[in-house]
Amino acid sequence: MAYSFPEEVLEHVFTFVTSDKDRNSVSLVCKSWYEIERGSRRRVFIGNCYAVSPAIMIRRFPEVRSVEIKGKPHFADYNLVPEGWGGYVYPWIVAMARDYPLLEEIRLKRMVVSDDALELISRSFKNFKVLAMSSCEGFSTDGLAAIASNCKNLRELDLQECDVDDQSGHWFCHFPDTFTSLVSLNIACIESDVSLPALERLVARCPNLRSLRLNRAVPLEKLPYLLCRAPQLVEFGTGAYSAELRTDVFVNLASAFSGCKYLKGLSGFWDVVPAYIPAVYSLCSGLTCLNLSYATIQTPELAKLVSLCHNLQRLWVLDYIEDTGLEALAASCKDLRELRVFPSDPFGAEPNVALTEQGLVSVSEGCPKLESVLYFCRQMSNAALIAIASNRPNLTRFRLCILEPRVPDYLTLEPLDEGFGAIVERCKNLHRLSLSGLLTDRVFQYIGTHGKKIEMLSIAFAGDSDLGLHHVLSGCESLKKLEIRDCPFGDKALLANAAKLETMRSLWMSSCQVSYGACKLLGQKMPRLNVEVIDERGPPDSRPESCFVEKLYIYRTVAGRRMDMPNFIWKIDKDTGFRLS
Amino acid sequence: MAPAMSVSSLGYEVTSPNYKETELTLRLPGESRTQKSGTKRGFSERVETELNSSVGDSRGMIFEDDQLANEVISAAAKSPKSKAEVVGWPPVKSTRKLNKACKYVKVAVDGAPYLRKVDLEMYNSYQQLLTALQEMFSCFTICNYLNERKLMDPVNGSEYVPTYEDKDGDWMLVGDVPWEMFVESSKRLRLMKSSEAIGLGSSEDTFKNAQAKVVEEAFNYSAQ
Repeated sequence: MAYSFPEEVLEHVFTFVTSDKDRNSVSLVCKSWYEIERGSRRRVFIGNCYAVSPAIMIRRFPEVRSVEIKGKPHFADYNLVPEGWGGYVYPWIVAMARDYPLLEEIRLKRMVVSDDALELISRSFKNFKVLAMSSCEGFSTDGLAAIASNCKNLRELDLQECDVDDQSGHWFCHFPDTFTSLVSLNIACIESDVSLPALERLVARCPNLRSLRLNRAVPLEKLPYLLCRAPQLVEFGTGAYSAELRTDVFVNLASAFSGCKYLKGLSGFWDVVPAYIPAVYSLCSGLTCLNLSYATIQTPELAKLVSLCHNLQRLWVLDYIEDTGLEALAASCKDLRELRVFPSDPFGAEPNVALTEQGLVSVSEGCPKLESVLYFCRQMSNAALIAIASNRPNLTRFRLCILEPRVPDYLTLEPLDEGFGAIVERCKNLHRLSLSGLLTDRVFQYIGTHGKKIEMLSIAFAGDSDLGLHHVLSGCESLKKLEIRDCPFGDKALLANAAKLETMRSLWMSSCQVSYGACKLLGQKMPRLNVEVIDERGPPDSRPESCFVEKLYIYRTVAGRRMDMPNFIWKIDKDTGFRLS
Repeated sequence: MAPAMSVSSLGYEVTSPNYKETELTLRLPGESRTQKSGTKRGFSERVETELNSSVGDSRGMIFEDDQLANEVISAAAKSPKSKAEVVGWPPVKSTRKLNKACKYVKVAVDGAPYLRKVDLEMYNSYQQLLTALQEMFSCFTICNYLNERKLMDPVNGSEYVPTYEDKDGDWMLVGDVPWEMFVESSKRLRLMKSSEAIGLGSSEDTFKNAQAKVVEEAFNYSAQ
């Protein structure tokens, strides 16, 4: 078929199409567009490492420069996924080492990364620039040493909440003296000491350093030296924010901070000594991001600090902020987009802070741009949720965690169905929702009816029957990820909505009421789903088919059955029931 | 002395599927099993899903004895530090358990295919830790068998002794040192078959002393 533009022109046009979604659409227009698009795609996002194989990715997109891969299900963050489940990055690295010599960026989330994988990365990609690993594990500081030694053009090394086997801080000395390209460094999760002289020299010789997040081991007294050598920083994470109370230390620190004219993001603050907080005051009016979620400072100082940050867009904080602090936030920070309030004592039986639903209501009233909320608290009411929904119909992410499971509206003792119903009804662009508290099937009816844009839904200790799950699966058109724990949802809803599962990335169900028989049926009927039964009690077929499985993870895939399952995961095959992996 | 709890008392029978029994129940942390809040009760999801299992299941069920269940639960609930908690709830990442230090160690069991992670800072004593281990690896029971209390697998009759690897890489018996020192120095735990554990420590006597000490300290709650 004739087309008016030569390939080169189309290719050039496509460089302006950057989002994955749009590029996917482009590739569906016609065969020639598919071919041009695939040859020019530079960035690939793999939301589930088992949904596709490295070979398939490489075959379709031969010129990729940047890869992002996610592994374990989200509930792995809360210890619900047993060790050894999978998510190994090594096979991906091997394949890319062979076929993507020009690869520049690797971003990983919840994957198991071995030292061998890091070593291979460091040796295989001459132009390697970005290694960003979030919630990954399986590697030690030896692997980091290889990256430091060999990646001559590294710009970004970001270890976000990784579990690193800390052999020693010596790895840091492996950055050669000729290495000057660093733009972003995040070592906050490293426990051991990093050589301070090496750190100082590195910071001093990297003129493009924009983001520096230190680990707890870097003492407060060392910060001025670092900050003075990197006044161009846009983002900074302190180490332990404590020292003896000494005027000279304070003055040096305050002076160093005031030299950072471009600083927009601040984090760290472990072991805070409140007297040193005022050292950052000069930065407050410029800050857009403040992460105090490790800072154990209490309300008066906390509220004062926060109320100085008039341009704040994102605040992560502990519940020490209390309702009064949140009121101060609401009054001062009119540009706030995202609020996360974490629990300081999640396992304590009694409340230790005066933080209630009222704090969140205040922020929803005072901050017109608020769109993303994560809030841990101990009590909630339908009235509060309805108020929040009506104040903030622009919410896009709403995650509420009431610390005790199944707690009703504390005023009326009713379930919280109406409150969450109001949220989904009013907030038409809501794409992420986490529920908690006492909830019946009714809330799921609301969600199925109104939650048309919801992409990720997290449910725990909720619902009465299969009808609840059915409402969600049949009603939520945009659903990609559904994770459920401890709900009375079972076979009927799952089997009735089997086709839906192929339109989603994944479904996690643990401690629910799905029988092994239903899993087998699903696995047999749906060849493009991997149905994984995680059950540590031994082979499921040693029990009656009506037995409920402990955990179930279902995901769509074009890669077929995976070969790296541990022996407590039972893949359901389409053939004869199941085979041991 | 309370009557010994023999293996057979842990057996149970499931005839035809009884949906009332298989109803998913869950106890709120801190409640004992005999309390009811609404229709939801029960200590851990593992216990309730076990109700589905057949008699031939390889893992026996613990907490058949309500009184024992209540005692274990109240022992756990007594501690101001460790609440009887449901796994993974509230959904807080381990990296955020920050005010206290957080000391996660892997726990392996000889013969079991999987590892668990346990946060030693959640417990105040060996007793609490061993109780938690028992819940986690539900094949074990605190077996008051012939006056000796150990962790025992009712299926194959093996006894398991809790051991740990310390900072120097040596394998030691759990219970050798004061609790705080143990938390500070242990890198990983292993429930070792007691036949293999002989030899830990410098002599048979040391072993026996250590074992007696663990047992005494760990299981020192009211008679069963």
